Amino acid sequence: MEGLLPKPLKIKFFTPGVIILCLLALNGLIFLAMRFIFGIGSVTNLNQQYPWGIWIAIDVATGVALAAGGFTTAALSHVMNREYYHVVVRPALLTAMLGYTFVALGVFIDIGRWYYIWHPLIMWNPNSALFEVGICVMIYLTVLYIEFIPIVTERFIGRVNLPGILSIFNKVLDKLLRLLDKTLSKVMFIFFIAGVVLSTLHQSSLGTLMIIAGSKMHPLWQTPILPLLFLLSAIAVGFPMVIFESLIASRSFKLEPEMPVLRRLGSLVPLLLFIYLSFKIGDMVIRGTYVYLAEINIHSVMFMIEIILGVVIPLRMFMSRAVLNSPLWLFIASTLVVFGVFINRLNNFVIAYHPPYSVSPYFPSFGEISVTVGLIALLVLLYRAFVMIFPIISIPENSSSPGTLTNPIH
Amino acid sequence: MNKINRRNFFKKAAAIASVAAVSTQNADSASTNILSDERMGVLVDTTVCIGCRHCEWACKEAHNIPAGQLDDYHDRSVFKKFRRPDETALTVVNEFENQKNKLSPIFVKAQCNHCDHPACVSACIVGAFSKFENGSVVWDGSKCIGCRYCMVACPFQVPTFEYNKAIEPRIMKCDFCIERTKQGMLPACVEICPMEVMTYGPRNEIIQLAKERISLYPNRYENYIYGEKEVGGTSWVYIGNKKMWEFGMPKLKLSPAPGVSESIQHGIFAYFVPPIALYSLLGGIMWLTKKRSDLEEE
Ligand code: SF4
Ligand code: SF4
Ligand code: SF4
Repeated sequence: MEGLLPKPLKIKFFTPGVIILCLLALNGLIFLAMRFIFGIGSVTNLNQQYPWGIWIAIDVATGVALAAGGFTTAALSHVMNREYYHVVVRPALLTAMLGYTFVALGVFIDIGRWYYIWHPLIMWNPNSALFEVGICVMIYLTVLYIEFIPIVTERFIGRVNLPGILSIFNKVLDKLLRLLDKTLSKVMFIFFIAGVVLSTLHQSSLGTLMIIAGSKMHPLWQTPILPLLFLLSAIAVGFPMVIFESLIASRSFKLEPEMPVLRRLGSLVPLLLFIYLSFKIGDMVIRGTYVYLAEINIHSVMFMIEIILGVVIPLRMFMSRAVLNSPLWLFIASTLVVFGVFINRLNNFVIAYHPPYSVSPYFPSFGEISVTVGLIALLVLLYRAFVMIFPIISIPENSSSPGTLTNPIH
Repeated sequence: MNKINRRNFFKKAAAIASVAAVSTQNADSASTNILSDERMGVLVDTTVCIGCRHCEWACKEAHNIPAGQLDDYHDRSVFKKFRRPDETALTVVNEFENQKNKLSPIFVKAQCNHCDHPACVSACIVGAFSKFENGSVVWDGSKCIGCRYCMVACPFQVPTFEYNKAIEPRIMKCDFCIERTKQGMLPACVEICPMEVMTYGPRNEIIQLAKERISLYPNRYENYIYGEKEVGGTSWVYIGNKKMWEFGMPKLKLSPAPGVSESIQHGIFAYFVPPIALYSLLGGIMWLTKKRSDLEEE
């Protein structure tokens, strides 16, 4: 993999796609402003029976799951020292860092008393699964920022160039950066391991969340092994998410897809998906919940979509050589896994939830959807800005000018 | 004398001890969860309620919620719609058809049941809910962050949220009139009820009373005390001429609602052993693989 060095990309920020993203983000921000001025009720369809909607199911729960690529690649590359995968570590780290930042933002938006978001730091309830998720996510976010520092120092060491009067600090700042870089490189392994441990903890605790809802949750999903299922599915979605993003990025930045690495990552997916699937099916058989699949309703249909489309089909696809060798098929297979986990989280937090006394089922309002879409758009825009500023994406050294697409995705 | 539930006490002690090294945990910040033998309870006898809704009015008066005129509560048209307690009414009365005698409908009052093992207390991220010695489960607005997890957790779907407030939205639910009972007064609804539908007293005596009534008038009552065992028992219990789930109440398991999730939580975090073990394991793997790849490079 010599000759592949991460560099800031020299591309134009604005493209027609980027402008659409900006508009979506703006639309979301308008509804967000309404939420903060008039209250949650003015924007969402939430009510006394349905306290959690898509802001929790998508922005928070799916966000956490899809950012799992950060810890699975870190485990592979740093903990197991598989140098080979280094090219995907930085993009995955950036996704995790931005992803978790937006998860925190999602929580901030959804909670009624956002200005008390720091309360869990000093007011502890160790019995609460949500408390554990909250604390772990906060610490993990800090760890991710620390893991990102070397990328910042790499970018700026020897290049500190503050404008005007501030330039007298250039030397000092440069020294500081070098010091930071040196210290960090000695202790970074602590954070790499901590990141993996913290991820394991909160990915699973996110599954514990709905257990306390007991019989309010449809039996197809309500099981004491929910935390395990959440953890296993997060581990399984990590690599497909990295592949998914990497292919989109190379398409969008007109780079050649990192097929050799992606192929090898892809070949690890079937085993992970299989472990998840066997627990999911085993749980269903042991609890006898397959009886609910006999009736056709939203639950059985959503459950089947989640399992067949989101797990079984991609599992088979990732086992095929032809799929692993084709960027397009690899992209489709990865998208299916990502979609499957997204549907699973939606099912767990929204579809399966059946509170007593609900008058009508919850369906997200236009405002809720706008905010969620807006946040995702903002995330993508930030990602684009980051890869232009920081050395994230590896560019083959010989094709020095990005923009020369020698082998487009067919 | 209040007896702290031993299991809970040890759990808390363990949790606090294990984090003491990391931070100076302030014991006050953990929520209270006392299951006292002397806890109070209320028996609601749905066979005597006439649906006058005076209890609704008194409840609002006692909790600084705009209550309006008592006379307005005689309007029977509200019974056309099934209602639930919400952020503007912490207790509501609903009308149900009486299958045994169509001419005299059944009225059932609903509010927080003040569980013995409250899901809301277990779930709340910051411990804003506490169960006190007298049995009441009370929300503390100075802690709450408004995450609404308590609403997800409560098996009776009781806590409600002020969705239309941008600042300081509150979780609203019956607090067992804790401010009144502290001063030796009865809960507002119990006091005002003209039919003495509700009997306030130590919970074990309340259960005894319910059993006596049922055995004295076996024709009048269905032999079932709703809340005696539901989700591990509740402070408020109901009797009537049918089982309560015929009157809109959820049919629930008898095991405490927080049981499973708490044991998982404590399993994952038992004295912080599993996380630390995982950390060491990963550290070991890292060290070994590093050595190997270094050797390969040499
Ligand atoms: S009924 Fe609900 S709100 Fe009331 S104590 Fe039980 S769990 Fe808490
Ligand atoms: S809304 Fe408030 S009381 Fe309810 S769980 Fe969240 S912090 Fe606790
Ligand atoms: S005040 Fe008593 S009789 Fe009147 S509705 Fe309430 S519980 Fe029934």
